[in-house]
Amino acid sequence: MQTRSLEIGVGLFLLAGVLAALLLALRVSGLTPGSQGDTYKVYAHFDNLAGLSVRARVTMAGVTIGKVTAIDLDRDTFTGRVTMELDSDVDNLPIDSTASILTAGLLGEKYVGISVGGDEELLAENGTIRDTQSSLVLEDLIGKFLLNTVNNK
Amino acid sequence: MNAVNEYAVELKDVTFRRGPRAIFEGIDIRIPRGKVTGIMGPSGSGKTTLLRLIGAQLRPSRGEVLVEGRNLPALSRSDLFDVRKQMGVLFQSGALFTDLDVFENVAFPLRVHTDLPEEMIRDIVLLKLQAVGLRGAVELMPDELSGGMKRRVALARAIALDPQILIYDEPFVGQDPIAMGVLVRLIRLLNDALGITSIVVSHDLAETASIADYLYVVGDGQVLGHGTPQTLMESDNPRIRQFMKGAPDGPVPFHYPAVDYREALLGSN
Amino acid sequence: MRKKGLQDRVRLLGRAGIDVVAALGRSAIFLVRALFGRGGAGSAWQLLVKQLYAIGVLSLAIIVVSGAFIGMVLSLQGYSILSKYGSEEAVGQMVALTLLRELGPVVTALLFAGRAGSALTAEIGNMKSTEQLSSLEMIGVDPLKYVIAPRLWAGFISMPLLAMIFSVVGIWGGAMVAVDWLGVYEGSFWAGMQRSVDFTGDVLNGVVKSIVFAFVVTWIAVFQGYDCEPTSEGIGRATTRTVVYASLAVLGLDFILTALMFGDF
Repeated sequence: MQTRSLEIGVGLFLLAGVLAALLLALRVSGLTPGSQGDTYKVYAHFDNLAGLSVRARVTMAGVTIGKVTAIDLDRDTFTGRVTMELDSDVDNLPIDSTASILTAGLLGEKYVGISVGGDEELLAENGTIRDTQSSLVLEDLIGKFLLNTVNNK
Repeated sequence: MNAVNEYAVELKDVTFRRGPRAIFEGIDIRIPRGKVTGIMGPSGSGKTTLLRLIGAQLRPSRGEVLVEGRNLPALSRSDLFDVRKQMGVLFQSGALFTDLDVFENVAFPLRVHTDLPEEMIRDIVLLKLQAVGLRGAVELMPDELSGGMKRRVALARAIALDPQILIYDEPFVGQDPIAMGVLVRLIRLLNDALGITSIVVSHDLAETASIADYLYVVGDGQVLGHGTPQTLMESDNPRIRQFMKGAPDGPVPFHYPAVDYREALLGSN
Repeated sequence: MRKKGLQDRVRLLGRAGIDVVAALGRSAIFLVRALFGRGGAGSAWQLLVKQLYAIGVLSLAIIVVSGAFIGMVLSLQGYSILSKYGSEEAVGQMVALTLLRELGPVVTALLFAGRAGSALTAEIGNMKSTEQLSSLEMIGVDPLKYVIAPRLWAGFISMPLLAMIFSVVGIWGGAMVAVDWLGVYEGSFWAGMQRSVDFTGDVLNGVVKSIVFAFVVTWIAVFQGYDCEPTSEGIGRATTRTVVYASLAVLGLDFILTALMFGDF
């Protein structure tokens, strides 16, 4: 008699727990079933990628099409190599597309923006984007600005 | 069962230490089968420890504790649980499981150790409760019972599995005269009707002496004396006399050991 | 008696050290025997359900209420700071990350120690002082299996669930304040959150934290009850110790776990 309501209570509790886990997965972390779909790897070398971190977004025309999965230093060219995983649906990127490191808002996070090129040849798995624009470094900008004002005098 | 052995429980040269302090030093106690044996002694003489030694909840530092011929300290954990099935213990506080009602409390040992069908468990439980006069209380929870009723329910639970040995830990403490009378009668009745061996650990002299066939008096980690209540009453041993007569001072001093009173007041220098 | 020589002090220190090690050893043996020993009674499932109710379901109210309030406060505070930089949209991600990584597991564990942990210690201590544990032993049932094990498992299962419920309620509370009251645009609130919250990195790490906390808090609570001095003062002291030790253990472990999980950021 008493065990029944006990079991119902426990059942509801477990259900609430599972529901919470689902909400955390789907609503909060934006995990959509199937988003783990096929991806392909593309590299890009930057002179300076200060501020970019693993898991940063890769966007094209403002639409997220992939994410940064690894960042390391190329020992031969002394450039930063960014490994990105792009959705397989976006498999028609020309090989001369440009990758630039952009900032969301003034102080926001860094992300990679890709703008499309004009070449016939397409980026393939493990291809490299040659044309890159590095991160804007505030200190460099200020330095340049100061230098200009001094020179203009 | 070993028919040759007339003792249900035997303690041979048992020493028990807690830390550096010896609570018992080489005691010998033999509990005759089928009788009510009282173990008496002043508070703090380790009576409850003795009970726990017999129940093998404590392990002696030295010596043997034989229950039905089996040496408890040498048994494995599972054998021990086997031996304990033959023992029922009535704890001082009753120790009813507070989250179970009276029926389930008495049924508990049956459910654990037997595969009896539900109707049979019901019959046995009602039988045992009838024996202690509480069949009407089956549906109550332990906290709805008075102290004396709790102890009787606990007694019903202790005899649920028809044990051969029943141990009572201070059964008379904190009972009103009526409850006390009921318990005294029950202990005697159960002992005689079921033919079990009863051990009553207590310091209530009159009640224990009135039902016990044989008495042990312990104190200072020793057995001070044993015999029938009659012989102990007439004992010449001053310590036993002090206990049996309830004298405030004697071999067991009124004062806790201390430095000389005059010295403590005036300072040692 | 009042003056203690150096030797006595060292001896006392040594004694205290031995006591601590002995207690740790006792509690480890206790845990192993409770979880892996044999000799239980009754249906293990029934016992577990009963404890899940006592430990999990009955803690639900305090968890939900505190979760909602903490989420709402986070949202308010975050908004007032972030609006200075013109990035109110980041409120969502701030609330979500704070709750998932830190406050969810930690506050749940602290509340759990206060609500369920102290109750566990008091209950088991009471069973010890009224000789129910001895009585079980004499009936031939191992109290570690019958009394302790179901409570341990119920704690292990309940707390991660409670922590997740706490975070969800907190995030929705935060959303309510930010979106409905402060007027943050709903789309950017959720989108910012989804962009920055990583399922494995944040959600699962938070769950791992709460599993570790569940283990430690329940273990401490149950052991303190089992090991307490069976008097009313003893039970009172043990209950206090449960809350103090469990809270300290949670906060200390939280630092270590955070360093391990998020240390490379």
